[in-house]
Amino acid sequence: MDALVSQLETPRSQQELYNSEEEQEQLALSLSPSLKFALPPIAQSQAWLRAMTDDYSNPNCPIKIAHGTTTLAFRFQGGIIVCTDSRATAGNWIASQTVKKVIEINSSLLGTMAGGAADCQYWLAYLGMQCRLHELRSKRRITVAAASKILANLVYSYKGMGLSMGTMCAGVTPQEGPALYYIDSDGTRLAGNLFCVGSGQTFAYGVLDAEYRYDLTDEEALELGRRSILAAMHRDAYSGGFINLYHVKESGWVKHGFNDMNPIFWKTKLGKGEFSNVTADLN
Amino acid sequence: MEVLLGITGKDFTIICASKAAMRGATILKASDDKTRNLNKHNLMAYSGEAGDTTQFAEYVQANVQLYSMRSGTHLGPDAVANFVRGEVAKALRSRRPYNVNLLLGGVDPTTGKPSLYWCDYLAALAKLPYAAHGYAQYYCLSILDKHHHPDIELDQGLKILRMCTDELKRRLPIDFKGVLVKIITKDGIREHDYVDDKQILPA
Repeated sequence: MDALVSQLETPRSQQELYNSEEEQEQLALSLSPSLKFALPPIAQSQAWLRAMTDDYSNPNCPIKIAHGTTTLAFRFQGGIIVCTDSRATAGNWIASQTVKKVIEINSSLLGTMAGGAADCQYWLAYLGMQCRLHELRSKRRITVAAASKILANLVYSYKGMGLSMGTMCAGVTPQEGPALYYIDSDGTRLAGNLFCVGSGQTFAYGVLDAEYRYDLTDEEALELGRRSILAAMHRDAYSGGFINLYHVKESGWVKHGFNDMNPIFWKTKLGKGEFSNVTADLN
Repeated sequence: MEVLLGITGKDFTIICASKAAMRGATILKASDDKTRNLNKHNLMAYSGEAGDTTQFAEYVQANVQLYSMRSGTHLGPDAVANFVRGEVAKALRSRRPYNVNLLLGGVDPTTGKPSLYWCDYLAALAKLPYAAHGYAQYYCLSILDKHHHPDIELDQGLKILRMCTDELKRRLPIDFKGVLVKIITKDGIREHDYVDDKQILPA
């Protein structure tokens, strides 16, 4: 680590290392958590992984991957809203109710996690590291477009090997303004105004699409994001726990709490009369 | 990819069904009516296995009417729903069950109370304020959770229905060719002229 710090501390001009592209690549490799994975000695790694992990077709499968999520992000007049639930499930088992599915890449860039918990955690941490390196090398914040492309190219290089992730990168940079990208493990990378990702995506889309406008006020946008995630947490068995809410502005992101869904649900039901199919009296 | 939706309000029930009749990758008809009037105040919408659906619907329709002729009384929404469920349940344990999903909308002509029953091919019956079958469940229930109230007027019910059909047009990958909307009130069943020609695209 000390060697690394001293290497990166030396001014660019004094560093011969940077002159050779090959050596730069080597540096990147030596810095990474490890891109050399032991792969199973078989031809069809995706089929093998499925056989080992598909809980649905084989409840006795030896590996249960933590899955299931609802995440959303949308662009509007005042920046970007990012909101997630906090439940991790492994098969029918709720593995955790307090997962942080928003990773703070830097003070103005956020990433969301959906899909395999380990895949997302590992590769978003890796992305965070690459973004920091970009910053140190170019003395400039990485753009959302570039950050999302690092991740997209990375997951594409592992295509067919069973990675499972659906992520969004949201950030505001001087070059792009507010930018939102969707990246999944198929290698899809899309820029857009509004995305919902995960097993609860349809429920979130339902509420969000119906009232989304670009000229939402900050308060309206925060409430709509929160309410859309609540809708998904209520209807999707694989989503729940806490509502994690962020607002990305020009000055960087602001966190708007990590709040238990239950008091919010009952406040919404009893206060506004929504969720009228849920009975409140026990007789 | 068939759409069935039901919404109740103060004194009405709306039943909505997609107009496309699909077989494999082909749309055979774009003005299909997936509903049957069981009697003056009860409407049944159905989706599921081709053939089973209409056979079952017409069988049930005939038997509800036969009952009225024999007894000289009309079956109310609760009686109709439980009878229909019974028929699905009976067939379920037979050599060839009916593979049909149903929505039963009705209004009780004596009390004026609207009712909506959801019934699936496993004969699970539930009385609900709003209901959906198929992919529509995934997109519309969250909208209805938020916007539905038990005592809404008809125009508000139609506004919520519009939010639902707009969302389906926006997000479902297959064109279901619009919807047929029928409204049940104490005066009977009527088809609603549902204008649905606007193109809706994702944000």
